[in-house]
Amino acid sequence: MTVQSDSLEDAPLTSTPKIRPDQFPFWLVIIIAFLGGMAYLVFTGEEYRQAFDFIWGNFGTLEGFEAQGLEGIIGRGLTMTLYITLTGFFFASIIGLFVGLGRISRNLVLRTLATTYIEFIRGVPTVVLIFTLALVVVPAVATFFGVENSVSNVSRAIAALAIIYGAYMAEVFRAGIESVPRGQTEAARSLGMTSYQAMRNIILPQAIRNIMPALGNDFIAILKDSSLVTLLAVRDLTQQAKLYSGSSFRFRETYLVLTFLYLAMTITLSLILRWYENRIRIEER
Amino acid sequence: MSEPIIQIRDLHKYFGDIQAVKRVDLDISQGEVVVIVGPSGSGKSTVLRCINHLEVPTRGSIFIDGVHLEDKKTDINKVRAEVGMVFQQFNLFPHLTALENVTIAQRLVRRRDKAEADAIAMAQLTRVGIPEKADAYPRQLSGGQQQRVAIARSLAMRPKIMLFDEPTSALDPEMIKEVLDVMLDLAKDGMTMVVVTHEMGFARAAGDRMVFMDEGEVVEIATPEDLYSNPQSDRTKLFLSKILSH
Ligand SMILES: Nc1ncnc2c1ncn2[C@@H]1O[C@H](COP(=O)(O)OP(=O)(O)OP(=O)(O)O)[C@@H](O)[C@H]1O
Ligand SMILES: [Mg+2]
Repeated sequence: MTVQSDSLEDAPLTSTPKIRPDQFPFWLVIIIAFLGGMAYLVFTGEEYRQAFDFIWGNFGTLEGFEAQGLEGIIGRGLTMTLYITLTGFFFASIIGLFVGLGRISRNLVLRTLATTYIEFIRGVPTVVLIFTLALVVVPAVATFFGVENSVSNVSRAIAALAIIYGAYMAEVFRAGIESVPRGQTEAARSLGMTSYQAMRNIILPQAIRNIMPALGNDFIAILKDSSLVTLLAVRDLTQQAKLYSGSSFRFRETYLVLTFLYLAMTITLSLILRWYENRIRIEER
Repeated sequence: MSEPIIQIRDLHKYFGDIQAVKRVDLDISQGEVVVIVGPSGSGKSTVLRCINHLEVPTRGSIFIDGVHLEDKKTDINKVRAEVGMVFQQFNLFPHLTALENVTIAQRLVRRRDKAEADAIAMAQLTRVGIPEKADAYPRQLSGGQQQRVAIARSLAMRPKIMLFDEPTSALDPEMIKEVLDVMLDLAKDGMTMVVVTHEMGFARAAGDRMVFMDEGEVVEIATPEDLYSNPQSDRTKLFLSKILSH
């Protein structure tokens, strides 16, 4: 009784959807080709390999550890970038959660403080904020607590990134909490839960699930902006590159390798993120 | 007769300039099933939501078991644990399984341990007829099943009062009966219930009294039989003629 269809387009419900040419991710192929080409140069070209080794830093090597202790491992290149990104993201998330809650608080003082903070940060360029926070605000706070000398440049850099991204992530958390329907709070409260219990057990788990993609994007953004800590002479990937190109004058090798390293990380992360979003979408069907 | 378990005194509620509820006085005794009907926007939901303080009255007071809800010293969460509420849109927690939906408030509010909460939850899921769905997530359940889990979730708190706000109006016709059966059963067991519904079969079978509301006011209170067959007010007659005509 059915008419035999002779092309896939005519049978949209078939189980193996074919990717149409206009949907094929050519961009990804081009980027992977660039990354592959760079990897080839690093493996085969002596000048690229030297640049790579210097920028990357002595990650996890025994010599580095023996010479400088933990600093020898996390003191350089990739590890420093990852360390700053991870801790910066961690503290930014905490700030973001609480400021986001403050934004929707019924308490006018909390709401005003949260909004002021967010608008303040959003109105100033990131580079300017890095300087101001790391060189003015953090020392002032440290002096207030009497620990000025013990705040390293790395800690200042992390604090600056966390304070900057805390403001952006606050808006993400706020939107996530507001994306949970009112009926959820009402159901929780009508069972006798306190507003804290309802937020903690009912609203936040759903909100965080909804904002996972946005949080992932913020993580990628922090990874990229962590290169700004170079301004504070922290020896992250970018600083290593600056030092290397300054002494070797091999600008082309240095900055191509640096580009390669950042792009490899951000593309990997954003592919993982896409995969996760797809999985959630399928799961929720 | 002992003191009414729900006392509503001179209840008024404004939303900005809109007066949603006007001068409502209503006493409900232990074990009574009261059905509220009325046109859309007549304030039925608002009255129900004031009973568990989801809405705060603009004027007037409500006493549950003698406890004054509007009193600043009242621990509202303690009262709410005794007053179950079932919503039109079910409002199950989508990130939790049916069983977890029924245990979470027991754990957090009643402070029951896991074993006890699980046992009570399974008993309630059995009572509403879906013990086999304990591990399913809400999105895997039909509307009727979701609403029954929602009822089980409230019952697991062992409440003294159950409030229902149009519990079947979001359901496909074939699922309405399975939810009404659970409610009828509950009424038979002597639960105090306040139900906003236009299901006349339920009102006739279980309702002790029927309240007709219009424009925020209580217009008429009678037994379901009397209200349907012998309405006193013209507003009631008009409303009934509309809903009975189809
Ligand atoms: N949160 C709110 N904000 C503003 N107005 C509201 C709010 N809740 C209810 N109202 C208004 O109050 C009036 C009564 O609403 P209510 O929901 O109590 O009516 P209802 O009898 O339950 O109607 P329905 O049968 O449509 O559910 C309506 O005019 C409604 O628009
Ligand atoms: Mg309503």
